[in-house]
Amino acid sequence: MTLTEITCWLLQLLLVPALSPLFVGLTRKLKARLQSRRGAGILQPYRDLRKLFNKDEVISEDASWLFRAAPYLIFAVTIIIGASIPLFSTVLSNTYTGDFLVVVYLVALGTFFLALAGLDTGGAFGGFGSSREMMVAALTEGGLVLSLLVLALISDTTSLTGISENIGDLSFTSFTPIILAFISFSIALLAENSRYPFDNPSTHLELTMIHEAMILEYSGKRLALIEWASANKYLIFIALGANLFFPWGIAHSLDLPSILLALALLIVKVTLFCLAIAIIESSIAKLRIFRLPDLLLTSFVISVIALGLVS
Amino acid sequence: MDFLITPAAYLIMLAFFAAGALGALLLWRNDRAANAWSHWLAIAGSAAGLIFSGAVLYKGVAPSFAAVSSLPLLSLSFRIDRLSAFFMLVISLVALACSIYALGYVRHYYGNYSIGVLGFFYNIFIASMIAVVTAHNALFFLIVWEVMALASYFLVVYENREPSSIRAGSLYFIMTHAGTVFIIIAFLLMYRCAGSFDFGALRDGLSDASPLMRNAIFVSALIGFGAKAGIIPLHVWLPSAHPAAPSHVSALMSGVMIKTGIYMMIRIYLDFLPGSYLWWGLALLVAGAISSLLGVLYALSESDLKRMLAYSSIENIGIILLGLGSALVFQSFGLDSLAALGLAAALFHTINHAAFKALLFLGAGSVINATHTRNIEKYGGLIKVMPQTAFFFLIGSIAIAALPPLNGFFSEWLTFQALFQGVMAFDVATKVVFILAIGSLAFTGGLAAACFVKAFGITFLARPRSEQAMHASESARSLLVAMAGLSLVVAGLGLFAGVVLGELTPVAGSLANLRGAQAADVAGFRSVSIEGGFASVSMPALFFGLAAVIATVAVAVRILARRRKVRTGPTWDCGTDLTPRMEINAEGFSRSLITVMRGVLRPSSETEIEYHDASGYFPRIGTVTMGLHDIYQTYIYKPLRDLTTMVAGQVTKVQSGNVNAYILYIFLTLIGLLFFLDVQS
Repeated sequence: MTLTEITCWLLQLLLVPALSPLFVGLTRKLKARLQSRRGAGILQPYRDLRKLFNKDEVISEDASWLFRAAPYLIFAVTIIIGASIPLFSTVLSNTYTGDFLVVVYLVALGTFFLALAGLDTGGAFGGFGSSREMMVAALTEGGLVLSLLVLALISDTTSLTGISENIGDLSFTSFTPIILAFISFSIALLAENSRYPFDNPSTHLELTMIHEAMILEYSGKRLALIEWASANKYLIFIALGANLFFPWGIAHSLDLPSILLALALLIVKVTLFCLAIAIIESSIAKLRIFRLPDLLLTSFVISVIALGLVS
Repeated sequence: MDFLITPAAYLIMLAFFAAGALGALLLWRNDRAANAWSHWLAIAGSAAGLIFSGAVLYKGVAPSFAAVSSLPLLSLSFRIDRLSAFFMLVISLVALACSIYALGYVRHYYGNYSIGVLGFFYNIFIASMIAVVTAHNALFFLIVWEVMALASYFLVVYENREPSSIRAGSLYFIMTHAGTVFIIIAFLLMYRCAGSFDFGALRDGLSDASPLMRNAIFVSALIGFGAKAGIIPLHVWLPSAHPAAPSHVSALMSGVMIKTGIYMMIRIYLDFLPGSYLWWGLALLVAGAISSLLGVLYALSESDLKRMLAYSSIENIGIILLGLGSALVFQSFGLDSLAALGLAAALFHTINHAAFKALLFLGAGSVINATHTRNIEKYGGLIKVMPQTAFFFLIGSIAIAALPPLNGFFSEWLTFQALFQGVMAFDVATKVVFILAIGSLAFTGGLAAACFVKAFGITFLARPRSEQAMHASESARSLLVAMAGLSLVVAGLGLFAGVVLGELTPVAGSLANLRGAQAADVAGFRSVSIEGGFASVSMPALFFGLAAVIATVAVAVRILARRRKVRTGPTWDCGTDLTPRMEINAEGFSRSLITVMRGVLRPSSETEIEYHDASGYFPRIGTVTMGLHDIYQTYIYKPLRDLTTMVAGQVTKVQSGNVNAYILYIFLTLIGLLFFLDVQS
């Protein structure tokens, strides 16, 4: 392995955890501006993390070792996923963990432990949060798998870097199924990241929240890890959306100019995604919990139609 | 090493079980002696079975031998080819763990129920399952099949002072025999074509069977063996029979007995019947999609821990059928290597499910032993008093929810890949079936995760919800050893998935229809890739990657926050005293998903309120009873029962009990026969 490759691999490994708080902050800022508020600075999530890491921790006396271990596992899972997906170069193709099913099921592994941790302290809210989270996660999985399958069938590989490499070379005519798959994927993105209309990422109103209810009992460094992990997950899903559905500009080699260009384009694309999410979140209301399945089923059906169109 | 695969080795293994069974019966007065004798011999027998089947798989030869019999069509013949050896390995593996577990587990029956009887039927049960997957003659097969059904029936009704066990046993008895009728029909049809009951002759003799005959054989075998495997809607016996038995027997029934149905389906569809029709595979795909999706939904809505595990077996049988169905579809198009891929996925899920379902049932038995109830709502907080059981149950839950890096993930990944190949290859109609199968498998994965978050979370986490849970204590050594062993198997099957797949490929390739087909490019331990790089995964990378990152993160956070204190305090209680009644319960946890699926599940709820006074304003006690409508009883089995009763009622008119009338019937039959013979000649 050359020095360039090692550098690129390290960059790939660290890019997601390094940048994810920035884009959470950016989305919040954009949302605030759209709602005519000033909002906190873009770097606020980094300051929050530092603050949390420097705080003492209170753990419920009812909690078991699972509650203590879960944040490490949840965070580690997002690091592995971050290293497995295409971020700036298709040369860093990962045949070990880069399969889209691996990514989907690793996400599920994180959700599984988050839900268990929510149940562990025996608070009333944690249990409801876990119940709702598992409902949303279970119903999202169909749409998510099928929308990525559309891309896999079009590009004849289930490897995410392979998809990213092949989609860019397609002719314009094969884009109808990709557009449908993108709609389906976007719904899954909002659901998986506790965004409107599924959940309010900034609420602390116990009865309506999902994600926040589960992590209510966490504090200090463990809360920091969980918040960081969910920021990572947010960036991972956006990067997937950007690099699988709009893979133009991703580097096909490891020379410096194209990598720099790819990194710049990645930041531009992710910023646009954040803007789109901010607009969505500012313009629609949160749905009632029992209306959510309709939307998730829509995501599934759109993917089925898209699959039918793949020839 | 050749001496390991001689007939003598096989018979010695059966002799262990026979000695275990008879000895247990002789020692029936002494519970302690009967326990030790029967279960240690079962351990020896399963270990011998494990070595024997392992040696057959390793060597790749198929020993066969027969004992003479004076009856013309019946010969006691055995043949252990790779497929038989694989299933024998699965049975022996689970039986070994269950027998070790039983040593400690059956102690709570001492002085209450006879251990001698339990040991007798337990040994017979294991031996008959091994005989079922190695029998080489249809009549002999039916005999051991019935022995297996009877032995398991007596194990289901073992706790015979519980009315529910007797009811479950009766239902099982009826359903298994209704299934046997169809199995007999299938064998008779095959006999008509091949003129022999010998399995070897069946394989050659069915090649010129007419399409109608083949379809008839397919359908009767599907109904007959599907009833044993628990395919929806033939599953009605399963969720009540499996939980009724002692837990180590439940583990065997759910983990392996239902797989004997799968074994015979593979045997008949891919080994005996030459070539398959497209609709067979599609039918299995549809059956698999329905069974997996409905199975997990019913599991989700159960509050009885063992019933929940039983329903989840139906789900997993569905996943196995998805693999098998795709294999049949590919086979009908002559795509042998893809068919081998689908079959390898089905076989891989078979051994995975046997391992983690047995693990979960043993864990459930351990919990039930400590709390004396099967109701999940009465558990809670057990992770603190039963830490090891909790850990093993967690391993099983992660595996069954198909989460990486354990074994359940790999077989589900493989099944997905087989189905993906189907979407790419065929015409629109076939494609749609494959797409729906993929969708149902994806939803099943998510729902299974929800189901086992509920099972593990409500059972082991939070505060105890009852007195029993508060005073529970960790199980005995032998129970923990058995669960630890199965946990290692679960982890090992995940870590060495590439190697295992490499061993399964020749098993699939040994069948007559898939002669020598390759399933996947296996780069040994490191990684597996499908169809020329269409997909690839490395289980070791997932395993060690996760471990390395977790360790790094833990160390980094420790250094970063080394001066920060960790205090324990009460859970935030909103200013009121927190009681176990304020935690979410199992019913509440799954209620939102059940409400979403109300179109399929037909949930019911009844509210009873007792009032303080006549005005109806001040309720004293409110009870809400939630459940599901049993749509199978209402729409399938009740009409069937009414029809049977009506026909039986009509028959009593002929069957009057009057001897004179019977003599008249005989007389009329004789006259009729005489005329018939006269016309013939």
